[in-house]
Amino acid sequence: MELILETLGLAESAQLLSLSPPGWGANLLRGLANSLKIAFGAFGFGLLIGLFGAYGKLYGGPVLRDLLAIYTTVIRAVPELVLILILYYVGTDLINKASSAMGYGRVEISGIVAGIWVLGIVQGAYSIEVLRGAILAVPPGQIEAARAFGMPPLMTMWRVTIPAMMSFATPGLANLWLIATKDTALLAIVGFSELTLETRQAASSTRAYFTFFLAAGGLYLMVTLCSGVVFAWIEKWARRGQPSLREGRS
Amino acid sequence: MTTLKSLMIPHRIVMMLLFAALALWCALSLRWDWIPKYAPLALEGLWTTIWILAVTTVLGFLLAVPLGLAQAIGPWYLSIPARTFCTIIRGTPLLLQIWLLYYGLGSLFPQFPWIRSSELWPYLRQAWPYAVLALTFSYAGYEGEVMRGAFSGVAKGQLEAAKSFGMRRFTMFRRIWLPQAIRNVLPTLGGETILQLKATPLVATITVIDIYAVSSRVRSDTFIVYEPLLLLAVVYMVIAGVITLAFKRFENQVPR
Amino acid sequence: MTLKTILAATVAAATLAAGAATAEQVKIGIAAEAYPPFASVDSSGTWVGWEIEVIDAVCAAAKLDCVITPVAWDGIIPSLTGQQIDAIMASMSITAERAKTIDFSNAYYNTPAVIVADKSLDIDATPESLAGKIIGIQASTIHQAYAQEYFKDSEIRVYQTQDEANQDLFAGRIDATQADSIAMADFVGSDAGACCEIKGPVANDEAILGKGVGAGTRQGDDALQAALNAGIAAILADGTHEKITARYFNASIYSE
Repeated sequence: MELILETLGLAESAQLLSLSPPGWGANLLRGLANSLKIAFGAFGFGLLIGLFGAYGKLYGGPVLRDLLAIYTTVIRAVPELVLILILYYVGTDLINKASSAMGYGRVEISGIVAGIWVLGIVQGAYSIEVLRGAILAVPPGQIEAARAFGMPPLMTMWRVTIPAMMSFATPGLANLWLIATKDTALLAIVGFSELTLETRQAASSTRAYFTFFLAAGGLYLMVTLCSGVVFAWIEKWARRGQPSLREGRS
Repeated sequence: MTTLKSLMIPHRIVMMLLFAALALWCALSLRWDWIPKYAPLALEGLWTTIWILAVTTVLGFLLAVPLGLAQAIGPWYLSIPARTFCTIIRGTPLLLQIWLLYYGLGSLFPQFPWIRSSELWPYLRQAWPYAVLALTFSYAGYEGEVMRGAFSGVAKGQLEAAKSFGMRRFTMFRRIWLPQAIRNVLPTLGGETILQLKATPLVATITVIDIYAVSSRVRSDTFIVYEPLLLLAVVYMVIAGVITLAFKRFENQVPR
Repeated sequence: MTLKTILAATVAAATLAAGAATAEQVKIGIAAEAYPPFASVDSSGTWVGWEIEVIDAVCAAAKLDCVITPVAWDGIIPSLTGQQIDAIMASMSITAERAKTIDFSNAYYNTPAVIVADKSLDIDATPESLAGKIIGIQASTIHQAYAQEYFKDSEIRVYQTQDEANQDLFAGRIDATQADSIAMADFVGSDAGACCEIKGPVANDEAILGKGVGAGTRQGDDALQAALNAGIAAILADGTHEKITARYFNASIYSE
């Protein structure tokens, strides 16, 4: 990276971005690590919500189904920025009130956990739809066969439904993961020190707005491109044993 | 009406009553006394949100058509830049793009004194051109990818038929290809427009006063936290609902 | 995976979410956006500045185990009332409006509010002189409240951080900014602020501009308020305050 910058005659930018203290590179990387941690946690939390939510929407009672429909509709209609503010302030407030009502002391909520909780709730709504579609795409005979063998429901879910739906869910989940990584930038607005906020701090301290915003953009792009490669690999793995989609087409 | 009938199920009636009670509780026990004072400002903000949304989706869509076309059938010197553009837009956070455009470009102005005496300067001083530019690019980036698929999805036979009738290339594009591609993307357009609506509050971070900025102003003036945010969420839900209905109606009018 | 392992994982996640509850630490909230020379992040990622040193000194004098916790300036009061932090020490002026929501310690510094503008611009800090000009101010500050009250004939642009307002003053997008005189003296002394100069203090209005900068605490948290007052009194009495000030500024920034 530095070599490229040098050859482009951007020695000054390279100095600003260097990893040791006069440069701000280490700060950006620390921010990137935080962003990835939150994105990963939120994606996982969202998947958990998505899995149970998808099951609830498919097999749950009418009340549960309506409640889940309200959840997914509301989350998908309100801007993430507004949701983040509401969930960030209301969420921690409620947890503290609940914990003091139950006689426990105040609960310490770290920035990362708050970020995961907020983005996870948002991700969950999208996850439900992706996973619900994927579960519906699994041939019902496979699930019925598992039931006929007397497999308990959770085991059916773990051993049959989830592996079978993986190939249908991967493209949607890949998209969700990319949304998760990009949505972490919104946490800059609530003052969480992820990549975008670190970039903003570095930029305003050095006045090199262009350099730092471009550098951060490069980092985000790198994450996106790498994720693309990883998800292509996962999709290939999830499709193992299935007839190729291309077969007989060309 | 079928929708009314589907609401008249016992558990839904109970839920609606509970919801009405919740709304009533919110109306009575939360603080809403600030609304009259900020209503004119809020209307202006709402208008800003709506016009930015409308302008950027229309401009973005117009830009998405050539982007999709270049990727679908363009020669390499057009398809590669188009694909790169879409990848960059889709691969980086919009907030960062907005800040790069506004503060990044802004930091370059003092190095070029002639900019300040140019005719564009009154516009460059404002924040909204940057907001419109960033949101247009964003919409074009996402929709360009969709348009690529839509152009590829038009049946080859139809194009060949048009060709065999001796239609000129541009006429073919205008009469056959584009209308069908647009019909292909129509079901996704409503969703994309709602995503665009959800992106608009980010422009408040570069001093554009949209409806989100007004709610922030109420928060900072009065220290009331939840009420403006709740009302704001409701406003966005209403706009999203209107968009959904409008696109549904529009979609129904287009022959399949 | 059986139900048991899933349950175990959920419980583990919940405990992780709750975090290790450390009882005695006092979380001092500062603004996550840099506000030099009072508080800013250096290139090694640590917070430095006059106010950071004062926080350390006050906490040491009051025998409090403090942790500096950056939160968004825009939401710093909700963070305090929502118990994410225990006190605010972020150059927040003691105003009657804020005192309705939170309590304040005694002041630990006070400076006048000034107008800064381009050197070539012949203006002073009066509303008449600023009429028709674009004034940039930071959101949720006394300056926002003041500008909205007094500079009704000027266009007011609201920024999330003072740094961004400064950046736009430098870029020429705004004509003037109103802010704290010390932060502004630092700015006009820097390379980026070379364009501009302090045009003078605005007419005082104590109801809006407040009575100096104090530490904000939750209403009813009298023990912490008393401890912080004792700490502030101690560092003023033993010369620590003066020593820290001398490292950053030429003159005292505290008056009774």
